[in-house]
Amino acid sequence: MADSTSKATVLEVSGLVAGYGEVQILHGVSLRVAEGEMVAVIGPNGAGKSTLMKAIVGLVRPQAGRVLLRGQDITGLPPEQVVARGICYVPQADNVFPSLTVQENLEMGAYLVPKQVKERLERAFALFPELDQRRHERAGRLSGGQRQMLALARALMLDPQVLLLDEPSAGLAPRMVEVVFAKVREINAAGTAVLMVEQNAREALKLAHRAYVLAMGQNRLEGPAQELLGSPEVARSYLGE
Amino acid sequence: MRRDLWPTLLAFLAVTAAVIIMPAERSGWDWGGVLSFLTAFAVTVAIYSLFTLGLNVQWGYAGVFNFGVVAFFMLGAYAAAAFTKEPAAGGFDTYVGGLGPKLSPPFLQGEEWVPFLVGALAAMAMCGALAYLLSFPALRLREDYLAIATIGIAELMRNVVVAERGLVNSERGLKGIPRPFYSLFSPDDYQYFYLLLAVAVLALVFFAAERALRSPWGRVLRALREDETATAASGKDVTAFRRQAFVVGAMIMGLGGAVYAYERGAVSPDTFTHFAGTFIFWAMLMVGGSGNNRGAVLGAYVVWGLWIISLQLLGYPLPEALRVRIFYIRDLLLGALLVLVLLVRPQGLLPEERRVSIWVERLLRRRPPEREGAQPLAGRAPEA
Amino acid sequence: MTAAARAFVQSSWQELRYRADALSGALLWALVVSFLVGSAVSSPDHFAVGLVVGSVYALAALGLTLVYGVLRFANFAHGDLMMLGGYLAYFALTGAVVGTRRDVHLPRALDSLPGASERLGDLTFGYGLLVAAVLSALALGLLCIGLDRLVYRPLRRRRAGVVILAVASLGLAIGLRSLMLMVWGPNPRLYVEGVFPAHRFPFGVLLKSDQVFTFAVAVALAGLVYLLLFRTRLGKAMRALADNPDLARVSGIDTERVTVATWALAGALMAVAGVLLALQAQLNPQLGFVVLLPVFAAAILGGIGNPVGALLGAMVVATAQETSVGWEIFGRQLDPTYKPGVAFVILIAILLLRPRGLLGAKT
Repeated sequence: MADSTSKATVLEVSGLVAGYGEVQILHGVSLRVAEGEMVAVIGPNGAGKSTLMKAIVGLVRPQAGRVLLRGQDITGLPPEQVVARGICYVPQADNVFPSLTVQENLEMGAYLVPKQVKERLERAFALFPELDQRRHERAGRLSGGQRQMLALARALMLDPQVLLLDEPSAGLAPRMVEVVFAKVREINAAGTAVLMVEQNAREALKLAHRAYVLAMGQNRLEGPAQELLGSPEVARSYLGE
Repeated sequence: MRRDLWPTLLAFLAVTAAVIIMPAERSGWDWGGVLSFLTAFAVTVAIYSLFTLGLNVQWGYAGVFNFGVVAFFMLGAYAAAAFTKEPAAGGFDTYVGGLGPKLSPPFLQGEEWVPFLVGALAAMAMCGALAYLLSFPALRLREDYLAIATIGIAELMRNVVVAERGLVNSERGLKGIPRPFYSLFSPDDYQYFYLLLAVAVLALVFFAAERALRSPWGRVLRALREDETATAASGKDVTAFRRQAFVVGAMIMGLGGAVYAYERGAVSPDTFTHFAGTFIFWAMLMVGGSGNNRGAVLGAYVVWGLWIISLQLLGYPLPEALRVRIFYIRDLLLGALLVLVLLVRPQGLLPEERRVSIWVERLLRRRPPEREGAQPLAGRAPEA
Repeated sequence: MTAAARAFVQSSWQELRYRADALSGALLWALVVSFLVGSAVSSPDHFAVGLVVGSVYALAALGLTLVYGVLRFANFAHGDLMMLGGYLAYFALTGAVVGTRRDVHLPRALDSLPGASERLGDLTFGYGLLVAAVLSALALGLLCIGLDRLVYRPLRRRRAGVVILAVASLGLAIGLRSLMLMVWGPNPRLYVEGVFPAHRFPFGVLLKSDQVFTFAVAVALAGLVYLLLFRTRLGKAMRALADNPDLARVSGIDTERVTVATWALAGALMAVAGVLLALQAQLNPQLGFVVLLPVFAAAILGGIGNPVGALLGAMVVATAQETSVGWEIFGRQLDPTYKPGVAFVILIAILLLRPRGLLGAKT
C-alpha cells in the first residue's frame, strides 16, 4: 500500500471545536484525508463522530479550528458552498427525499450542474443498476438497503473530491451491509476520497486505508487500518472483544 | 440588579408615570377623578392577569398551545352571569340560568355573596370540564395543529352562543349582571371594594400557582418542558401531567371570566373577539415574560397601561387623520410590539431564571449524559 | 424471543401500519367522493355555489400549503395577506383610500385608462381589474419576501419553534388588519357597484359569470402550480426543501433562494385569491380572519404540500359549508351561523384521524 504521506492532502481538519448551543461535543479534533484514500473514524457512542461530519460540511458551525479542502479554508462555510467546492455528505438517517422519486432525488443531487443532469443520471444508473429499475418510485417506498444506495448515488452526482459517509451500515441487515461496503470500495477504487464514520468498527477497518479513533470528542489513536485492526487495545475498547 | 432587568424597570416606571400623569394633567389635576380612573385601570389589570396566569399554566408550565383562550373567557363569563342573574323576565330575553336568587341563604347576608361564589365556582367547573374533554383529542395534536384547532373551538363556541336562541340570549347578550356585596357600599365607593376583591383573587391565584410550581407536581412539569423524552423515560405519564395543567389553567381562566362578568355587568358575543380575548393575552404574556407568573402579571400591567395611554392621547391636539384612526393605530402597535419583542427580547421583560438543568437533575437524580448529536434545546419559552 | 421472531413481528407490525394507513386513506377518499357526488345530486344549486367558494379557498389554500409545506410553519397572517391583496388591487384600480369624510383619490389610477372599466363580455369588470390583480400579485409577492426577511428568517435562524413563528404571524396578522382599517376604513367596498344578473344553468343552478370565471382561474392556477412543483427544477427543489431542509442544503440547493421563490409564489397566489374573494363577497378587513379556518381545513384535508390536494380539499370544505344549511342535526335544520363550524369539524376530524389528509406526505 502506498504511503499516504506522499499523496496530496485533499481534506485537512485541525483542532476542530464544535457543539450545539452550550453543549460542546468536539474538543479539538484533527485528521487528514489524502487523494484517493479511504479513512475511517471509529469510536464509542457519544464520541462526536456525527458532529465531526456535520461540522466539516457546514451543518454545524465550528467554534474553533480549521477545515481545509486542498488548501482552501472552508471552515464555517454554509453547506451549499461546501458542497459546491467538492465535499458531498451522506447523513446517517433521513438521507433521501422520501416524497421525491428516485430520479428526482438524483436530480437534486445534481442541482448545481443543471446542464449535465442527463449524463450524470445515466452514469448513476450505470453504477447503481438496482436504482435504474426503480427510477420513478417514491424514495420513501424503498427498502433500507435501496435507500442507502440512493443516498450514496445522490451524493456522487456532483463528482465530489471527498465523500463523507455517516454510518453507512446503520440499520441494515448484514447481507445489505456487505453490499453497501462493496459499493463504497468500488467508489473509492474509482478515485474518490472517502471519509467514513462507522459504528461497525471491524468492517470499517477492513475496508479503510487509515483510521482514526475518536472518544469524548478528542483524537485517541490513529494509524493504518491494518495496524489498528490488529492492536489489542483497539480490540478491547472498540471492537467489543 | 441584573443588567438585563434595566429595560424592565424603565418600562414599568414609564408606564406607571404616564398612566398617572396623563389623566391627571388632562383632568386639570382632579386627583379624585384620577383615583377613580386608576382604580378602574387596576381592576382591569387584575382581571386580565388572571387570564395571563391561566395561560402561563397551560403554556409556560406544560407547553399546551392554546390559541382559543377566548373560549374559556366566554364560558366563564357567561356561566357566572347565568348563575347569578334573575330568571328571564319574558319579553325578548331568553336564556337559561337564573339560579342566583334561589341560592342565597337568608343568613349572613347570603344574597350578597353566595350566588357569586357559586357562579364563580360554576365558571371554574365548566371551564375545567371543557378543558378536560378537549384534552383527549387536543393533547394528541402537534403544537401548530393544536393552535389551529383551538382557534376553531373558540369560533365554534361563539357560533353556539349566537345560533342557539334561548341559551344565553344570542347576540343580545346578558345585561344587568348583579355584583357581589353591592348594597353594602355607595355606588362611588363600590369600585374601591371591587378592586380589593379582584386583587385578593389575583393574589390567591398567584400564590397558589407559585406554590404549585415548586411542588413535586410542578417540578415534573418543569422537567417535562426541558426534556420530554428523559422525563417520559423516567416513568412519568407525560400526557396526564399536561392534561392537569391544561385543566387548571382553564379553571383560572374561568375564574377570570366570572370576575370580569361581575365587574362589567353585561356580556355579549361581540366583546369576545379573537383579538380581545386571545391575542391580547398572548401579547401580554410574551411581553411580560413567557413562562413565568410574575412576567404574566407584569405583561398585563404594561400592555394594558400602553392601551390606556393610547386612549389618553386622544385628549391632546392631534391631526384629524390620526385622531380618527387612533384605535387602529393602537392595534397595529400592539401587533408590532409583539413581533418586536419576539425578535429582540424573546424572553420578555421578566426573563425566567435559568434553573433548567437543576429541575431535570433533581427529577432524574443524575446528570443527563452527553448525548451524541444532542439537539439544541428548542424550548417552548423562547430562550435567547 | 429469537431474533428471527422479533424481526418477523416488527415487519408484520410495519405491514399492518402500512395497511392501516392505506385503509384510512381509502376510507377518506371514499368519503370525499361520495360526499361530493351526493351533494351534487341532492342540492346542485348549493353545490355549485360551493364550487365557486371552493375556488377562492383553493387559491388561498394553494399559497398556504406551499408555505406550510416548504417553510414548515402555520402562517396565521395568511387570511389578512389575502385581503390585503384584494385591497391593493382595489387601490391600483381606483386609487381610493379612506379620508376623514370621503374617500381620497389618487390623481391617476387604472380605472382612468380608456375602456378599463368596460365589462369584458358578461363579467362585471373590465381589463382594469385584471391589470390591477397582476400588480397586486407582484406587490404582495415582494411584501411577503420582505416580511420573511424581516421577521420570519431571523426567527428561523434562531431555531425558534413552530409556536413562536405562529405567534409572530398572529402579530403580523393584527398589524395588517389594522393597516387595512387605517387606509381603507371599516366599511365594506366592492370593485364594481351594481347588481348583476345570474345565469340559469340546468338543475336549478344559478351562477354569475364572475363565479364561473373564478372557478376557471382556480383550476388553471392549481394546474400551473402542479406543473411547477412536479416538472420544474425549482419546484422539485421546493419539494425537497419541504421533505428535508438539511439534506437539501447538503445537496447544494440554495435554500434561501428557494424560500424567497416560495414566498413570491405564495404571495402572488394570495393576491389573486384575495381579489377573487372580494369579487365573490366584498372587501372587508375582518374577512381575512374569517376565511382563515376554512382555508386551513382545506389545506390540511388535501394534504400539506400538495396542490391538487389543496384544490380538492377546498372544494370539499366549501361545498360542505354551503350544503350544510340543508342538513338536519338532532331533528333540526342547521343554522347558517354554523357554516364556519362545518369547516372546523372537518379540520378536527382530519387532524385526529388522518393528519396527512388525502394526498399529503407520510409523516
